Amino acid sequence: MSAEKELRVRPIRNGTVIDRILAGQAMNVLKILRIKGAYSEVVTMAMNVPSKALGQKDIVKIENRELEEKELDKISLISPGATINIIRDFEVADKYQVELPEMVEGMVKCINPNCISNTKEPVTSKFEVKKDPVQLRCIYCENIIMENIAEHLL
Amino acid sequence: MRFKRRHIISMKDFTREEIDYILDRAAKLEPLARGGRSDLLAGKILALLFYEPSTRTRMSFETAMLRLGGSVLNLGSKEATSIVKGETLADMIRVVSTYSDAIVQRHPSEGSALMAAEFSSVPIINGGDGAGHHPTQTLLDLYTIRKESHLDNLDIAIVGDLKYGRTVHSLTYALSLYGANITLVSPPQLNMPDQIKADLKARGARVSETENLEEVLDSIDVLYMTRIQKERFPDPTEYKKVAGAYKITTEHLGNVRDNMIIMHPLPRVNEIDSFVDTSSHARYFEQSFYGVPIRMALLTIVMGVEV
Repeated sequence: MSAEKELRVRPIRNGTVIDRILAGQAMNVLKILRIKGAYSEVVTMAMNVPSKALGQKDIVKIENRELEEKELDKISLISPGATINIIRDFEVADKYQVELPEMVEGMVKCINPNCISNTKEPVTSKFEVKKDPVQLRCIYCENIIMENIAEHLL
Repeated sequence: MRFKRRHIISMKDFTREEIDYILDRAAKLEPLARGGRSDLLAGKILALLFYEPSTRTRMSFETAMLRLGGSVLNLGSKEATSIVKGETLADMIRVVSTYSDAIVQRHPSEGSALMAAEFSSVPIINGGDGAGHHPTQTLLDLYTIRKESHLDNLDIAIVGDLKYGRTVHSLTYALSLYGANITLVSPPQLNMPDQIKADLKARGARVSETENLEEVLDSIDVLYMTRIQKERFPDPTEYKKVAGAYKITTEHLGNVRDNMIIMHPLPRVNEIDSFVDTSSHARYFEQSFYGVPIRMALLTIVMGVEV
């Protein structure tokens, strides 16, 4: 067990550990962080890790990177219970849960093809955010996104 | 009362108090709407930006403005404008708002009126934004109900396309503010979306549903008919069957309440037999006329003129 544990949570010197990600959403977290094949830093991803509180969870560790507010907001939309651990010199310098914003702008594409926010007009998409479960309501056309939110992230 | 909002975008922006205020003002202006002219809006210009066809909404706004002594600027046909050059609505609004004191807009995209309000320096009145809102239709419907029936303790049946019909969604929302008893009558494929029904109940309306029009006819004050659009049905025989089941003829009127009224936002196709037009229950042409006093009231309100 200890060897297994060491493999999963090998400490990092500097960077961010995103813990308690909703099981199955780790790949979407990487997408939000625009981490693709050519990324230069060490990235560790664990999926379906047993968790007392959640049953199962995903974990993403990124070395030498701290996240921007917009990235945190996007993660909160797909995994509202995720926690962020900022690691500096092997120590947890800060730890907090992502917080769902009340409104998101320019982060999500409306599902309604006939919405004014999906035209050539100079308008940024805006959604009101509701909790438990996460629901996004377009302020322009009032359509609601409840499922597969990750697919609609810009 | 001071109106909080300059723009008229959605019924959801209105409180019951604000709706009553608009209806009261329309009642004051109704004699003028029936034939007359005032100088209340003399020197004011209303721009009509209709990106989609409209008869009643456009013409009743024009009439309202002319009765109040104001003038009207019309966009004209799309072909004669910069729209064909690819100009955005946002730019059009920025320009036209410098030419006018208010803009009435109809545009095919949902949310276009709200976006226009963000770019306009003058009040925007939403004359329909795709499948979104059409608040002036709802206000004239409420005016008709108050004038020809009553808004309190109302028993109303709303019939037809309750899934896609934008007027129906706005109307039921507004009626929920008055605690109406609403019966939704539609074929299963055109039922009102569950979310809207839940919303209505949460706001205090009593809502029930049936497929059978005849079973509700003798227990309502208002029968609100709407058009069932052919294109909603992939199978033409299915459409015929449904359209036939939701058609009102004089034979249906035998056991209805004496003071029951029939409304329709028009245009009708064949939901109401023309023989019903002369019955004491028909109110759809009056309803159409009430668009004028309601729009007069709204124009004076958004332009800040006391009546």
